[in-house]
Amino acid sequence: MPTVSMTVNGKTVSADVEPRTLLVQYLREHLGLTGTHVGCDTSQCGACVVHMNGESLKSCTILAAQAEGADVTTIEGLANGDELHPMQEAFRENHGLQCGFCTPGMVMSALDLVQKNPDPSEREVREWLEGNLCRCTGYHNIVKSILAGAEALRG
Amino acid sequence: MSDTGIGASVKRVEDLRFLTGNGNYTDDINRPGQSHAWLLRSPHAHAKINAIDTSKAEAAEGVLAVLTGADMAADGVGGLPCGWQIHSKDGEPMAEPAHPPLAVDKVRHVGDQVAIVIAETRDAARDAAELIEVDYTVLDAVTDMDTALAGKTLVHDDVPNNRCFDWEIGDKDAVDEAFAKADKVVSIDLSNNRLIPNAMEPRAAISDFDRTTGRYTLYTTTQNPHVIRLLMGAFVLQIPEHKLRVVAPDVGGGFGSKIFHYAEEAILTWAAAKVNRPIKWTAERTESFMTDAHGRDHETHAELALDGDGKFLGLRVATKANLGAYLSTFGSSVPTYLYATLLAGVYTTPAIYAEVQTVFTNTVPVDAYRGAGRPECTYLLERLVTKAARETGLDPAEIRKRNMIQPDQYPYQTPVALQYDCGDVPASFESALKAADYDGFEKRRADAEKNGKLRGIGISTYVEACGIAPSAVAGALGARAGLYESAQVRVHPTGSVTVYTGTHSHGQGHETTFAQLVSESFGIPADQVEVSHGDTDQVQFGMGTYGSRSLAVGGPAILKACNKVIDKAKKIAAHIMEADVSDIEFADGKFTVAGTDKEMAFGEVSLAAYVPHNYPIEEIEPGLDENAFYDPLNFSFPGGAHICEVEVDPDTGDVEVVNFTAVDDVGRVVNPMIVEGQVHGGLAQGVGQAVLEGCVYDDDGQLLTGSYMDYTMPRADDLPSFSVATQSVMGASNPLEVKGVGEVGAIGSPPAVINAILDALAPLGVEDISMPATSHKVWQAIQASSVRQAAE
Ligand code: FES
Ligand code: FES
Repeated sequence: MPTVSMTVNGKTVSADVEPRTLLVQYLREHLGLTGTHVGCDTSQCGACVVHMNGESLKSCTILAAQAEGADVTTIEGLANGDELHPMQEAFRENHGLQCGFCTPGMVMSALDLVQKNPDPSEREVREWLEGNLCRCTGYHNIVKSILAGAEALRG
Repeated sequence: MSDTGIGASVKRVEDLRFLTGNGNYTDDINRPGQSHAWLLRSPHAHAKINAIDTSKAEAAEGVLAVLTGADMAADGVGGLPCGWQIHSKDGEPMAEPAHPPLAVDKVRHVGDQVAIVIAETRDAARDAAELIEVDYTVLDAVTDMDTALAGKTLVHDDVPNNRCFDWEIGDKDAVDEAFAKADKVVSIDLSNNRLIPNAMEPRAAISDFDRTTGRYTLYTTTQNPHVIRLLMGAFVLQIPEHKLRVVAPDVGGGFGSKIFHYAEEAILTWAAAKVNRPIKWTAERTESFMTDAHGRDHETHAELALDGDGKFLGLRVATKANLGAYLSTFGSSVPTYLYATLLAGVYTTPAIYAEVQTVFTNTVPVDAYRGAGRPECTYLLERLVTKAARETGLDPAEIRKRNMIQPDQYPYQTPVALQYDCGDVPASFESALKAADYDGFEKRRADAEKNGKLRGIGISTYVEACGIAPSAVAGALGARAGLYESAQVRVHPTGSVTVYTGTHSHGQGHETTFAQLVSESFGIPADQVEVSHGDTDQVQFGMGTYGSRSLAVGGPAILKACNKVIDKAKKIAAHIMEADVSDIEFADGKFTVAGTDKEMAFGEVSLAAYVPHNYPIEEIEPGLDENAFYDPLNFSFPGGAHICEVEVDPDTGDVEVVNFTAVDDVGRVVNPMIVEGQVHGGLAQGVGQAVLEGCVYDDDGQLLTGSYMDYTMPRADDLPSFSVATQSVMGASNPLEVKGVGEVGAIGSPPAVINAILDALAPLGVEDISMPATSHKVWQAIQASSVRQAAE
C-alpha cells in the first residue's frame, strides 16, 4: 500500500492506504477527522467540502494520493481553541444548522466564497451554494449566517 | 424567571460540537475489532430467487461470512412487523404478507436485500459481493396502482389484487344527501407525488455482541431507539430487552425516514453473533434512494358539494395509496388515520366520506415522510377549494372565509373522528393575507406582466393533528403500541440537572429546548441542565420523535417529573426550615416559607437530599430523581395559512417562488429561533415537492431517480427567503400549551405553490398541473393551453 503524506490542519500526517482511497476516507478513516462528512456518491451534496491549498474542494472527488504534499484544512482546523472562527460563530448566532450534517461542508464552502467575494449579495450566496445540499434549514438561516459571517470577517 | 426559560431564543447547545466537526454520528463511531458489511441488493424489481451461490465470495480475501435469507430462516428469524393494523370496510384485517429481512423466495423491489457480506474492510466486502451468483427468474413488475389492482401480477402471491386493505371513514349516506341537495359540485383528480426523503446523513448501523454477557448493542440512525429495540427484539430476533441496547447517537436528519425498523438493523444485529465481531454498515446515497422508505404517492378523486352561497355541504374522497413492496412500520396508518381524519381541514363541511385503497407494487416501501398523510390531505382540500372558488366566481380568500371554523366553535367535532381542541384560523388567515399584502397583488401582477412574466398568488390553509397520540385512541384505531412519552429528571447533589427523554433529536435542538423547560420550572440557568436521549441503556423508555410529538408529548413528561421533584424538595425544605409543607413556596429557584424571610436555594435543598443529615427520613427517601410518563388527552392541532407568490416565465416555463408567507399557530413557543428554523425547513421540503421533487420508476420497476443527478433536491438558489410568523392560540390539550411545529411547513406549502402557479397560468386557460410543476411541465401546459391553441 502506498504511503500518502500531506499537511492537515497544520500538522504533517502520513498513512499507508489502498490506491483507491478517497481524500475523504483518508481524513475520516485514517486520521479520525470525522467532521468531514459523506452525504452522497455522486459529488453533489457538499458535505465533504474541505480546503486544499487554500481553495474549497469536495474531498470525495479526489483520491488521497492526488493530495500528496498538499495543505488541507478541515472543519476541525478552524476554531482557535475554544474560540470559534467568525464564520462558525455566525452559523451559531443565526441558527444556520439543525442536524449539523451538512454544516462542516457549508462552513468550509462559505469561507471560500468570502475569500473570493468578501461582500456577497444574498443572490450570490445562494448561487455559490449550488454544490451544497441541506435538507433541514431550507437554507434561509444558512444564507443569513454566511452574510453575517462575511460581515464579521470584513471587520 | 430565568432568562433561559420558555420563550427565549436560547442559542443551541448542540451547535458547538456540530460546528467544530465533533458531532458523533453513527458512521463516526468505530468499535474495537470492527468488521464491515456490504449488502448485495436486487437489481430487479420482481424476480424469483432460484439459487444463491456464495462460495466464491466466501473464499475471497478478508471475507468473514456471507449470509442469506435461508440462513436467517434456518435461525428462526422473524419478519419485519407493521406497527398499525387497519381493518377494511368489510371488517377484514389488512393483508400482512411476510417481510423477511433478507429476501427468501422472491425479490420485490430494486434494492431488496439478497445477501450480506461481512469482511475486514468495506472494500473487501463490496468486492466479494460482486462474486455472489444469484440465479433469478425475472418476473413482470408492477409499479402503478391501477395495474396492480387489476391483479395480473402479484407482488405477494397471497395478496389478491395486491390490495392491502380497502378502508372507509365518515358517513356515506349523509354525504350522498348533501350532494343531492347541492347547487354546485366541484370535482378534481390529482396525484400526490412520490418523494424520497433524503436526510443528508445516509442510514448506518454498527452491531456488536458480547458473548460473555449475551448482550447485543446496535448503534443506528433512528428517530426512536426504544421502538427499534421493541420491534427488533420482540418480533424479529427474539432478544429480550435487557439483552439488547439500541443507541441512536447524533442523527443527521430524519423527516420520518428514520422512524422505521429497517432490515439492515436486524441483519447486522443477528450477524454480529454469527461472526463474533462488531459489524459496521453505512449506506451509500444510491442505497438510500432505493431502500429508505419513500413518502406520499396517492391518487385521488374528490368532489365537493356547495350551496348557492359557496358554503361547503359535503365532501367525497376516493384515494388509492401506494404502499410499495412491503408494509413498512407505519405504512398502513399514514394514508388512513393520519390522512382522512383531517379532511374537514379548517372548514365546517358537515358531511365527509372517504375511502382508501392501499396497494402493493414493486417499489420501495412507502411510509411517513414529513407531515405523513396531512400534506396529502391538505393538498387535496386546498386544490379543491381553490378550484371551487374559480368555478363559483368567488375570491379564493372569500370562499375560505365563508367556510372557516370560527373561534367560538371550539372544541370542534369534525365528521371524521377528530375533535379539534382549540384554534383561531380566521385570525392567522387575516394575518397572512396582511403580511403577504394580498390586496396589493394585482398591482404586482401588472408590474410582472410589463417584464414579460406571469405572476400568480396562491393560498392554502391547514390544520394538522400532532402530538401523536393518546394511547387509548391510537390503540382503538389499530396502533400496536402506546404513544405516551417518558422522562426522568435527575437533580444532582449540587443542583445541576440531567434530563433523560424518550424522544430523539436529529436536528430539532431538544438539548436546548428541553433544558429551557427545566430552566423555567426550577428557575435555574439552562446551562445547568444536560439533556440525554437516544440510548436505551440510559433512558428508561420512550416512543421517539415523529409526528411533531417531542415537545407536545415529551415536554409534559419532563414537566411532570419536574413537578414531582419540586413536591419532594418542598418536603425537604419544610423539614429543614421547620415549617409546614403547605407554607413552602417555590419561585425563581428559591424555597421560601410564606410570611417569613426564611429561604433555601434550589441547590441547598438538592444537597440536603443527597446528604440527608437533617432530613425527614421517615417520610421520604434520600435523593432527588424523578420519573414520569405522560399520555396526552388529545392530539394537538397546529394550523395556519400559507400564501405563495410565483412568477412564471411563459417562454421557458420556469417558475420562481418570489414570496412565501407563512403564519402558523403552533401554540406556546418555547424557543422562537428554533421554531422559525423548523418552519423554514418544512417550507423548503414543501416547495421542493411542489416544483422540483418526484420519484420516477419505469415500467420495469427500475428507479430512474436514484441519485442527486436525477432527483431534484431544493437548492439554495431555488428558494426565496421566507416570511414566517407565529400567531398562536395556546394549546388546550397539554399542560405546556404547545402544539408542535416540525411538520407545518411541509403541510401547508405545496398547495399554496401550485395554486399560485395555476393563478399565474389562468389567463392562458391552464386549469391543472401536477406536482412537481417543473419548468418542462409548465412549458408543456402553456403550449397546450386553450388560449394559445385558440390563438394559433
Ligand atoms: S460526499 Fe457528497 S459531494 Fe462529497
Ligand atoms: S442542517 Fe441538516 S442537512 Fe443541513
